[in-house]
Amino acid sequence: MPSTRTKIKSDREEIFEHRLGNGTPSRFISAYAFNHAASIASLIAPSGAALSFAVLLSFAVLLVSAAAPEKHLAVYSTAANYSLPLVQRGGQDYVGLLELLDPLGTVSAKSEPPRWRLHYNNVLGEFTEGKTRARVQGRDADLTGKFIIENGRGLIPLASLNSLLPRFLGGPATLREESNRLFIGNIATHFTAVISADDPSRLTFHFTAPVNPSVASEPGKLRLTFRREPLTGPASPMLTFASKIIPAADYSESDGAAEIDVTTSVPLMASFSPDGRTVTLAPAKSATANSQTATNPPGTNRPAVSAAATPAANGPANTAPAAGQAQSSVSPPPAGMQPVPPASAPRRCFAIIDASHGGNDRGEALSPTLAEKDITVAFARRLRQELESRGLSTLVLRDSDANLSLDDRAYFANTTHAAVYIALHAASNGHGVRIYTSLLPYSTDDDRGLFRSWTEAQSSSIPLSQGASASVATELRKLQVPVRTLTAPLRPLNNVTTAAIAIEVAPPAATVSALTAPDYQQLIAGAVANGIFAIRTQLGAAP
Amino acid sequence: MIREQMIPRHFYIAISVLAAAVFGMSLYAWHMRGRAAATPVATADSRPVVAPVAGSTEPVTLFVAYDDLGILHPQAAQIPLPSVRQQRAEELLRALISLYTDKNSPHPLPPGSDIRSVYLVDPGLAVIDVDAAFADGHRSGVLSEELTVASLIQTLSANLPGILRVKILVEGKQRDTLAGHADLSNFFDVSAVTQLTAELQSTQ
Repeated sequence: MPSTRTKIKSDREEIFEHRLGNGTPSRFISAYAFNHAASIASLIAPSGAALSFAVLLSFAVLLVSAAAPEKHLAVYSTAANYSLPLVQRGGQDYVGLLELLDPLGTVSAKSEPPRWRLHYNNVLGEFTEGKTRARVQGRDADLTGKFIIENGRGLIPLASLNSLLPRFLGGPATLREESNRLFIGNIATHFTAVISADDPSRLTFHFTAPVNPSVASEPGKLRLTFRREPLTGPASPMLTFASKIIPAADYSESDGAAEIDVTTSVPLMASFSPDGRTVTLAPAKSATANSQTATNPPGTNRPAVSAAATPAANGPANTAPAAGQAQSSVSPPPAGMQPVPPASAPRRCFAIIDASHGGNDRGEALSPTLAEKDITVAFARRLRQELESRGLSTLVLRDSDANLSLDDRAYFANTTHAAVYIALHAASNGHGVRIYTSLLPYSTDDDRGLFRSWTEAQSSSIPLSQGASASVATELRKLQVPVRTLTAPLRPLNNVTTAAIAIEVAPPAATVSALTAPDYQQLIAGAVANGIFAIRTQLGAAP
Repeated sequence: MIREQMIPRHFYIAISVLAAAVFGMSLYAWHMRGRAAATPVATADSRPVVAPVAGSTEPVTLFVAYDDLGILHPQAAQIPLPSVRQQRAEELLRALISLYTDKNSPHPLPPGSDIRSVYLVDPGLAVIDVDAAFADGHRSGVLSEELTVASLIQTLSANLPGILRVKILVEGKQRDTLAGHADLSNFFDVSAVTQLTAELQSTQ
């Protein structure tokens, strides 16, 4: 749980930083502050004193707004992508080691100053306050600065992660210190850029994994910012193209994000492929036509995303999203650039499979040696294989023994814009399969305008969820598997905005160990995949 | 010879009698110890002592969970109920829990499970406060937990009209889930639970 709090806090801090941290917003705040300080002062003092008071107050606000923004470390791993705040001590950046490892496995720490011990899975790390040498699994490890204990938290120098983390994780960890980005395992997303020979030219980026960048424009440029993706750049950061419209693109990294700046002489539209792996930049007019074409066939693909970059001559402006597009939760754009109004976000995958429980949460103890969390991961992997073999792109939310809060699971499902969310559970009682849709909590019917209640986010997707549930049940019955469809007060189903079901798999006979049988898992996974495939057009996939 | 004459005969007799008595009592104590070990000791019941409900019984409907079939079954019962609405709610749920803590329970709850209080707040809110034993030892699983929750809420709402929403607390505090699955962080909509109860009455 500490990791969840840290993550949520980080996200909030991130947004705050962008809104108040840099460049233009600060100048805006300064003028705003002076006007308001003068107004307040005029209410409480004569005119001369009021002016002095206003100047002092404005100066104070200026100091606050000009304070250096808090730095963050972006962490990318197969278990989770998250961001942690960095603190400066003795001229070096430090990060909390417990918070860093918490989302990646089972971790505990004991602080007995000056000693600090940390257990990560089965690895023991021993640190001493003020020392630059630690011991991990009985072997010495050198730190690039002194180890610090603050309020029980163990802080290590950021630059030590490259050598220290592989000792804990047993695998590679690469820190890009200049941009505060940490890659755990071979997780990097690469891209290629291709300019078409058409007139007018189009620039197409192909990514090795789905991406969901925020798009922003400024005179003569369109900027794609990747905060949650482990994007790495090409060998040469500056790409040049034989095009007058799009002559160059520049890759850069800073403060936990990767950016691609595309230089342009005309307004550009960015459109995303349904699988989120391709981003095409084209002159605005043709892109708009394409976008309209994409939205025309009913019941097929969800509309492609589009956003505009404006040429220098026209000044900053943005194009409204195409009609009928859903809201997007893109990251805030960098300061100094105009945010693009929410457009329909790209779908990163068709299905999200959530292997329930994990980490400290073992779920039901199915037997003295068998935990629910292990069965759900095994089922999740088989189901992913079955769905992808039917051409449905699939993401497994928890593919390792990681702690993930229910809020995080819903957040990932919602921001990925998948067509269907499938939570997997296992149980020892009963036989066959139970399929659940959300039992929504009591509603107060408060008018929230454009906002949706987090606890009732599922309400508008209930018919789709019930359709998916019925389709899966039909396929299971074809195989003579006992199946029931029920509603359940089961989070995070009610927090998910898209079609969402939970599948609880019970053993076929009295023996719980049958849950681990590959044949049984394959039978259930195949039937579930058939059920989802059968309803794919209603859920929003191409037929 | 002189020494032997100094120990009187009656002293030998007294020592012999005492030794025989000690031996006999040892045998008796050994026998009693074996009997005591063989006698079962009643398990400690940590539930608070409540005043017995006196008076005539009333017909009620308890919605009883059956784990073997995974269903909720309405069951008629006659239980003594006090006149105060809040106490009636508590006695109703205690009657239900006593079924689940019985030796032949169709939906076993851990020993010591009990209802601490039921608060009825107008308009239409019922707050059920269960003890820690109820939640800590509850079997984990979506269906198992759902059966318990639906059983409590439906029994309450079916016998005490006017309840629209229900909140379940554990030891007076909010808990995220009952045993890892059923969400206790929100208010239950009684109409939705009634619909769920209908679903749970069938095995299909």
